[in-house]
Amino acid sequence: MEQTLFLLIAAISVIAALGVVFNRNVVHSALSLLVNFCALAVLYFMLNAQFLGIAQILVYAGAIVVLFLFVVMLLGAELGEKVTSWLTVQNGVMAVLAVILLTVIGTAVFESVIQGARGDFTPEAVQQYGQVQLVASALFTDYVLPFQLVAVLLSVGVIGVIWLAQRHQQSSARREFHD
Amino acid sequence: MINQVPVSYYLLLGAILFSIGAGGVLIRRNAIVILMCVEMMMNAVNLTFIAFSRYLDSATGQIFVFMVMAVAAVEVAIGLALLVELNRHKQTVNIDEINSLKG
Repeated sequence: MEQTLFLLIAAISVIAALGVVFNRNVVHSALSLLVNFCALAVLYFMLNAQFLGIAQILVYAGAIVVLFLFVVMLLGAELGEKVTSWLTVQNGVMAVLAVILLTVIGTAVFESVIQGARGDFTPEAVQQYGQVQLVASALFTDYVLPFQLVAVLLSVGVIGVIWLAQRHQQSSARREFHD
Repeated sequence: MINQVPVSYYLLLGAILFSIGAGGVLIRRNAIVILMCVEMMMNAVNLTFIAFSRYLDSATGQIFVFMVMAVAAVEVAIGLALLVELNRHKQTVNIDEINSLKG
């Protein structure tokens, strides 16, 4: 049952990923990306990561895909490249490179033995204390410094984006002043 | 609850999605689609992190995914702002036509 669900979701996510790459229209690519993110959110739910599944839908599907769509509409860049055929020599070489990468990673997955210290984040503990509580207690005790660094990073990102967006207005205002 | 799906399935799915994303970065010439493919690669890595977190009974992987999500959000915001600015100057998002630094 769980395996069937996994295979179904995996097939959906791979098809959506291929759709992102091979759609000629950028809006269709963005919508395929949305499907891919939602399929991965379902996989997160299956893997005992309910909080991250919700965060995936909120952050990726809710914010990032909408941002992509805004920019595509703003730039009118639905067809940024004229693709006549995907079967060119250059694309073939690139596809072979991607397959080589997949082979290397796949070999690493199947040849390695996964072992490591087991933590206390067991399904029983999740049932007893709740998944969000366990993740939050780790986040706010052991990983509080990375958490604060993420806050700094977000501030830097916000300020950088505002600066990038405003610079053009200033330079055009200066140009008008000189005219 | 015994998880019936082996961890290698999740890792292989992550590898497939990562390779598709990498192939997309190499094949496509539209900068917006390239950013989308980078997001897809980050998601593949997130899936790997969560699979390991589940199978090693550790919350650390989920915290790393949290960080990656924040980095991805910032990266896409700045990347798209740069693209908008670039589009004002060159009126294109095709990376083959953005070659001013080429001699």
